[in-house]
Amino acid sequence: MTRAPHRIGTEGQGFNRQRLAGFIRKEYLQILRDPSSIIVAVVLPLLMLFLFGYGVSLDAKHLKLATVLETDAPEARDFEASLRATLYVDPVRMANRAVATDALREGTIRGIMVLGSDFGPKIAVGQAAPIQILVNGTDANTARIMGGYAQGAWATWLLQREYANPGSQITPLVVEHRVWFNSGLDSHKSIVPGLMAVIMTLIGALLTALVIAREWERGTMEALLTTQLTKAELLIGKLVPYYILGMTGMAVSVTVGLTVFDVGFRGSFIMLFVTSSAFMLVVLGLGLMFSTLTRNQFAAAILAITATMMPAILLSGFIFDTRSMAPAVQVFTYIVPARYFVEALKTLFLAGNIWSILIPNTLALLAMAGLFLTITAVKTRRRLE
Amino acid sequence: MPYGLFFKDLTKSFATPARHVTALKGVSGELKPGQITGLVGPDAAGKTTLVRLLAGLFDADSGEIGVTGGTERPRIAYMPQKFGLYEDLSVAENLALYADLNGLDRTTRERRFAELHRFTGLAPFGKRLAGQLSGGMKQKLGLACTLVVPPDILLLDEPSVGVDPLSRRELWTMVRSLQNTGIAVLWSTAYLDEAERCDHVILLHDGVVLDSGTPRDLNRLVDGRAWKAALPDDSSVAAKRDLQRAANQTRGVVDAQIQGRTLRVVMTEKDAAPDFASSQFAPLRQLTVKPTTPLFEDTYLAALRAKRGDEAPVAADIGTYNVQAGQNANGRPVIETRDLTRRFGAFTAVDRVSFSVKAGEIFGLLGPNGAGKSTTFKMLCGLLPPTDGTALVAGFDLGRSRADARSHIGYMAQKFAYYGLLTMRQNMEFAGGVYGLRGKLLVERLKDAVEEFDLGPYFDLPCGDLPLGIKQRMALACALLHSPSILFLDEPTSGVDPETRREFWARLNALADDGTTILITSHFLDEAEYCDRMVIIYRGKLIASGSPDEIKRAGGDETRTLNEAFIALIEDYDRATNNGVAA
Repeated sequence: MTRAPHRIGTEGQGFNRQRLAGFIRKEYLQILRDPSSIIVAVVLPLLMLFLFGYGVSLDAKHLKLATVLETDAPEARDFEASLRATLYVDPVRMANRAVATDALREGTIRGIMVLGSDFGPKIAVGQAAPIQILVNGTDANTARIMGGYAQGAWATWLLQREYANPGSQITPLVVEHRVWFNSGLDSHKSIVPGLMAVIMTLIGALLTALVIAREWERGTMEALLTTQLTKAELLIGKLVPYYILGMTGMAVSVTVGLTVFDVGFRGSFIMLFVTSSAFMLVVLGLGLMFSTLTRNQFAAAILAITATMMPAILLSGFIFDTRSMAPAVQVFTYIVPARYFVEALKTLFLAGNIWSILIPNTLALLAMAGLFLTITAVKTRRRLE
Repeated sequence: MPYGLFFKDLTKSFATPARHVTALKGVSGELKPGQITGLVGPDAAGKTTLVRLLAGLFDADSGEIGVTGGTERPRIAYMPQKFGLYEDLSVAENLALYADLNGLDRTTRERRFAELHRFTGLAPFGKRLAGQLSGGMKQKLGLACTLVVPPDILLLDEPSVGVDPLSRRELWTMVRSLQNTGIAVLWSTAYLDEAERCDHVILLHDGVVLDSGTPRDLNRLVDGRAWKAALPDDSSVAAKRDLQRAANQTRGVVDAQIQGRTLRVVMTEKDAAPDFASSQFAPLRQLTVKPTTPLFEDTYLAALRAKRGDEAPVAADIGTYNVQAGQNANGRPVIETRDLTRRFGAFTAVDRVSFSVKAGEIFGLLGPNGAGKSTTFKMLCGLLPPTDGTALVAGFDLGRSRADARSHIGYMAQKFAYYGLLTMRQNMEFAGGVYGLRGKLLVERLKDAVEEFDLGPYFDLPCGDLPLGIKQRMALACALLHSPSILFLDEPTSGVDPETRREFWARLNALADDGTTILITSHFLDEAEYCDRMVIIYRGKLIASGSPDEIKRAGGDETRTLNEAFIALIEDYDRATNNGVAA
């Protein structure tokens, strides 16, 4: 390097409202005319809400349970009848173990309950439960739930018998479960708030990454850089429209969650707005960063999906509880922004304004937003290189 | 006082993962106020890099860029190659955006927009989306957006590329009219004929300035060195080529070219007429040479060779590589279309086009972008079935026996259609395999190709990093591997430097001599001079056909260039059909 080259540029001075307004108006027009941004911002969130809301349920209800009665004891038939009263299992009588085992293997039933030939006599003398339960372990979650239901049904039946004939039996110890915050154990109530985090990630990171990379690909960024538009105006001009679009997507999701899925809301809407805004800034920052670094729609989209969408679904606690993950993975979840947002959302929707949870999570989001936006601001240069 | 720009010893290199490219190696020059400075050079000469440095989009590695004239920072406006338009915004919205971004006052805005509308003729299209404009209209809108606030310095990066000759001429007139405002304009181009219209020219080649000055200064280099000789009226195509070859072998000849019915010759020495009288070749002895005005292409070649210190004529001795072609050279038509038509929905891309090409002819399919020449081409290659009409290639009906016809066709695509990461050998083996060559035959053909096309030094290098001219030579060799009798070339010389282009044409001439029929598309009209016959396609219709001279005559005045004849023909057509404005 012999001599510092003279710098020639077109960048304007300070901060100009006309430039910013003109730029934002252009973004607004592009969003309106580009069907893909409408699809990502409105259609996709609705599709995901309805898909997860109606299609995916983590609850096990109406599980088919084969019952095999190897006894004529009236108590056995009485217990079997009591199973019909519950929502969770649908008992199907089968002739013997062999038939039931085949059905379990074929997957037409989820479990087998065998009431042995000594059922009657043992009940009569008050001995331990002579019930065998076989479950299909290929779906571990359902198997565990099935086992739990069967045990619960047995305990309930014994208790009812005790009420009917006081003193005739040894009263078994009954553990009574009480579920807080989501008393119906309705998985929609925890999925829908988590889903909002995924939708916001999608709008914020993917859409932003695509639209800026597109400016590079189509050569319009080159033209923008030779106008008076400043770096700050460029970044703010990109942030504002997509912040509004993302918050609109959020509002749509909240409305659908509250009305269609009847999720309920226990916290403050102001806090919801603050946390959502903080998260929106994080994902917008990520989207801007990806497109600034790649300048290519395809690469930016792949990055946005693998680095934001997938962690938001898998590692945020949206579906899989972070606390039951392997310790190494748990540590990793702390760098996933969606984790903080999911926790804040679940708290706001299901529990209320629990400040000890909301404040640290919101602060974590604000810190991340600051980090990504700073990286983007530093990496964005009014140069093509 | 109006502003200008100067730049001194600019160097700029780029590091890619594979290699380090030095795009500019110490380039100096000046943009004077009130002048159009032409930055002229082939693709990859460094034009875009220089323009971007001046626009402030790159920082130079070393060197200096400075402003002359005023004391404040001048307003620099830049139009990128892709025009920088938002296709999903309307004409008016694009203008408004650039007005806002460049701080155009709201009070003077309406007046400025009205001026620009008048200037560009865009007024009736305000509500149309930019993406729906034709290439020429996009270019005008791009210019209007660039000029929305009157700049001191205007930088245009290849504004005329891919635009039809008519729009090119209009753009020139528009930029010319800015001159009296004292604006300094930089116009970068790969079209050498545009250089002659600039006030000042910088000839750029491979990151180095070959020469600079006014076009007249530059042409002085070849003053008194250009000669022409009229050919006999009845000269056959083969006879013209024999004359050209003999002329090229005459002592002191830099370059001999056939242009219609004349033979153009450029000599090494000033005022030394070519000594055809002592030629071994009798027909050449009979030609009378007269001095003629040099072309800019002559200047470019002379400057390039002066820089390198060699004066040898290009490709004076090129053999032929096609072994089978000779059997075909009996003058019967090998390509014939009758009322060839292709419709896409309601749009008729090709409308009843009929022509025939004889064996051993070099036949041009010419027309502006979007006229329908690529569609015609695709139908002839069997890549697209015609909606109506017939196309016979090598005697086969493409509608029925596409595969049979294809085995007689060699095809060279417009873009380099081989794998950049594979070596030339691997690419050529692959190409040969695709054409059904294998074993000993393939090895032999490859060996001959390497020898004939001088590919030896590059044969084991990855193709991606090779110079454009070498890639193009390889692509031609690949198209010829299976010894086709017909060669289809789609815009083969787009963007290559004049030297490579001449060498390429020398090869095509040699192939045609041996009976290979060559069908070539081009929007580069100077090149059409090299064709034996041609058709001009415009808006899907065949508007003219014949030899270069016949086309020139059809355009009105025989002394004009093909380019001018072409514009005249298009204007006539538009007037006759009265749809010139609807574009």
